[in-house]
Amino acid sequence: MPFPDRIERTLTLARAPREVWQALTTADGLSAWFGERASIDLRPGGAATMTFAGGVTVDMRVERVEEPAVFAYTWRLPDLSEDDPRRTYVEFTLEPDGDGTLLRVVETGFAQLPVDTRRETYDSHSDGWSRELAELAEHLDGA
Amino acid sequence: MAPDIEAVAEQVFVALADPTRRTILAALATDGPSTATDLAARLPITRQAIAKHLALMADAGLVTPEPGERRRVRYRLRSGPVQLAQQFLAALAHNWDDRLDALQDYLTKP
Repeated sequence: MPFPDRIERTLTLARAPREVWQALTTADGLSAWFGERASIDLRPGGAATMTFAGGVTVDMRVERVEEPAVFAYTWRLPDLSEDDPRRTYVEFTLEPDGDGTLLRVVETGFAQLPVDTRRETYDSHSDGWSRELAELAEHLDGA
Repeated sequence: MAPDIEAVAEQVFVALADPTRRTILAALATDGPSTATDLAARLPITRQAIAKHLALMADAGLVTPEPGERRRVRYRLRSGPVQLAQQFLAALAHNWDDRLDALQDYLTKP
């Protein structure tokens, strides 16, 4: 079973890179096609949020801002819990294509291990518990 | 990327493909760590069948055995493998096709 780590799409848009850039990097643009509401502090490290239909808001972090060619951010997948440290990385690349734009979007990071899948970490933790419980059982047996 | 990531996800989906194992996992998620005897009292499944499935799922790392009362083995749900499988589903559910259609529509509006 191949585990998908990367999603990649390329499409041609009829508008020039400058217009596509506005759609990708401004709150007005993003809320027009991506989410219901958006906010963005457009600089590397800047915070952004996207609120989807249904009211789920996802925090994003702006990673690359190279107007009008590269825009990238990391975000938590809406399906994961809020305290989950995993993030995927989304990168948009804009290239002039005649009067329009060739837009490529790549999202990577789906195949990250959750923290407690690392068996060593988990096992040392669970060994600790087993020991404590065994000690408790002995203590109770002896009482 | 860890080499066993696909194997871990596969074990989750194999476990979830069986209705008895789904029932057992759902019971552990709902009621917390339980012994095979506890589960047999709550579910319409024999203790023997439950013990067999729990042993299989412990081998797969989906549940972890721990000492319970009266020297019985109690099983606890392990969320790591499930979170990993969730990541697989997230990739499938992540709908860039619809989003990019919406972007295209937005940019071709007069």
